[in-house]
Amino acid sequence: MHASEKPIKVGLFVTCLVDMFRPSIGFATIKLLENAGCKVSVPEAQTCCGQPAFNSGDKKSTQDIARQTIQAFDGYEYVVGPSGSCIGMLHHYTELFDENDPWKARAEDLKSRAFEITSFLTDVLDFNTILSKYDAKATYHDSCAGLRELGVKQQPRKLLAKVANLTLSEMEESETCCGFGGTFCVKYPDISNRMVENKTSNIVDSGATTLLGGDLGCLLNMAGKLKRQGHKIETRHIVEVLAGMTDEPAIGDADYELGQPA
Amino acid sequence: MQITSPAFKENARIALHDAGLQKALGNLKEGFPVKRSTAVARMPEFEQLRDEGTALKNHILENLDIYLEQFEANVIKNGGHVHWCRTPEDACKKILDICKEVDAKTVTKGKSMVSEEINLNDYLEKNGVEPIETDLGEYILQLRGDHPSHIIAPAIHLNLEDVSEIFHEKHKRPKSSDPKVLMQEAREMLREKFAGADVGITGANFLVAETGSSIIVTNEGNGDLTQTLPKTHIVVTSIEKVVPTLEDMTLFLRLLARSATGQEFTVYNTLSTGPRRAGDQDGPENFHVVLVDNGRSEMVGSEFQEMLRCIRCSACMNHCPVYGAVGGHSYGWVYPGPMGSVLTPQMIGIEEAGLLPNASTFCGKCESVCPVRIPLPKLMRHWREDEFSKHLSPKAVRWGIGGWAFFAKRPTLYRLLSISSNLFLRVMAGKKGHIKKIPLAGGWTDGRDMPAPRGKTFMSQYKSRKQS
Repeated sequence: MHASEKPIKVGLFVTCLVDMFRPSIGFATIKLLENAGCKVSVPEAQTCCGQPAFNSGDKKSTQDIARQTIQAFDGYEYVVGPSGSCIGMLHHYTELFDENDPWKARAEDLKSRAFEITSFLTDVLDFNTILSKYDAKATYHDSCAGLRELGVKQQPRKLLAKVANLTLSEMEESETCCGFGGTFCVKYPDISNRMVENKTSNIVDSGATTLLGGDLGCLLNMAGKLKRQGHKIETRHIVEVLAGMTDEPAIGDADYELGQPA
Repeated sequence: MQITSPAFKENARIALHDAGLQKALGNLKEGFPVKRSTAVARMPEFEQLRDEGTALKNHILENLDIYLEQFEANVIKNGGHVHWCRTPEDACKKILDICKEVDAKTVTKGKSMVSEEINLNDYLEKNGVEPIETDLGEYILQLRGDHPSHIIAPAIHLNLEDVSEIFHEKHKRPKSSDPKVLMQEAREMLREKFAGADVGITGANFLVAETGSSIIVTNEGNGDLTQTLPKTHIVVTSIEKVVPTLEDMTLFLRLLARSATGQEFTVYNTLSTGPRRAGDQDGPENFHVVLVDNGRSEMVGSEFQEMLRCIRCSACMNHCPVYGAVGGHSYGWVYPGPMGSVLTPQMIGIEEAGLLPNASTFCGKCESVCPVRIPLPKLMRHWREDEFSKHLSPKAVRWGIGGWAFFAKRPTLYRLLSISSNLFLRVMAGKKGHIKKIPLAGGWTDGRDMPAPRGKTFMSQYKSRKQS
């Protein structure tokens, strides 16, 4: 964009997992958005997208959380988050209210402004000035909600192609669910465990040294399994690589000691 | 069949450790999905066909009464009979009455999931009529006293060795593990049965209103022998199978074969239009259609109406990672996989089947391959809402979600919850970066480590960065 243009006002939807587990993903998202000419704010009134309640059948709580989120992001041109699943949930808000409920229109409005980060950079801003460098053979897991609800497939790959020294080695069944599924992994641990085993075996077979993805829930699940199985594969959120913020240990890895990876 | 849906978790746990089943399920993954995707790739207009199929089904469901009555009128005009059955019991009783009218001792059956749904075989056996399954998969299952685990490949949970063993035991012939020999053996055994049967019972893939015809599609030809050799042909099927015209039927046949087996067309497409007419070379003397409702009419106009678009192709289960892990029997009733997780609660009650619509990550793969675009995750979610509103969800879930939602609705308190959870997990992990065991979170840590949080929460860090 040209310097004379007014910056695009973006509200960052942090997501509760990024807030609690890996703040660097939030900061990397802000950095990418700012590089792309956006002015990023983080509304205080946001919590979680409400997906745990939605998928547990608690419609009333979901509506309350939806109204709160809609209000929190009023006035932003765009709402962007580092997760297809949570942004997909923001899109689901339209299903929560009846046609004649004024919140329905507000939910529709939010839906039209809410984007997953790689989709926003690629589809909305046509931004591809990725200047980062990352020495790795990476494989990319397509998280379900991003892929099938938001159509996120080529966008992360387009952006990764700009990262110096990175090669992409696609795994088999990259579009198959990793078994996380939010509350699913708690309610059906045996099945979830089998699904993530299938996933890590495909990851290992790809020969990649780094696993990348766009949803922290899935990444925690897969990183946790890779760790338990003793694999040395690093797991990171794609924005860390795109923003060149890979100094800190990968997901589930130990603290570095004196500059040496542990 | 006996309902074991309430034991879904236990069924699944056993299935996950059943080496034979896991081997068979492995073959499934390499089979149907690959064939479907090849078939779809060869047909550029497939997506358009899905749209047309979806719209047509919606139209039919809006006018279901009209098309069903038209179908009935045409069956009668052709000299056949239509029997409306609200419950499985009504349907079984009606079929037995027809069998008794012709003094039937044995009936041959083409594969019919509706007959599984109404538990027809047990009923006939108890009342002195011997049912003989003629679909190869169903025949194997009947010899084993087993039930289908898949709606189009009923014996998909078995391996060659299982078939070899049961044939040896029941046919009293030398044991063979050559599929060709086994197939020939089944053929010979069944040939006599076809010739001797008094009644033939088939299902229907579609009912054509404009002609009063029913059609079944098979790859073995057993359906043809079942419905043309005996004197009486009974079609047992359900009300949502009706389509207006023959041309509409062909639209669905094109969608069905590609979505199911990846064929462009199923090998045998057999239409039945009334009994044998004067001058016909063959065909049954009596033609009956038993139309089963079993909760379907309640779905019309409800939030589950879209489920009635289903054409029973099985693409949803073929692509489902949960079905692929635990197999069809784990679901504990007739219809497994995503379509079953929506239908089963309607038919046996959400109280019995509550675990099924919860057994999904909502990955959405099922919806993405459904030829008539049924929003299966959304419909499973509706069942979860139904459960929640009736207070049927487990207490741990209700309290967990309730407690969590209390915080999620209060941003300031939510911050405190995040900060304390973040701190707790960081302390547990120490410098390792991940945690091997977390109290009360065994579901997670039994199978995998829990990556530890990196630093303070985002919100805390963001605030201090802004202030500095």
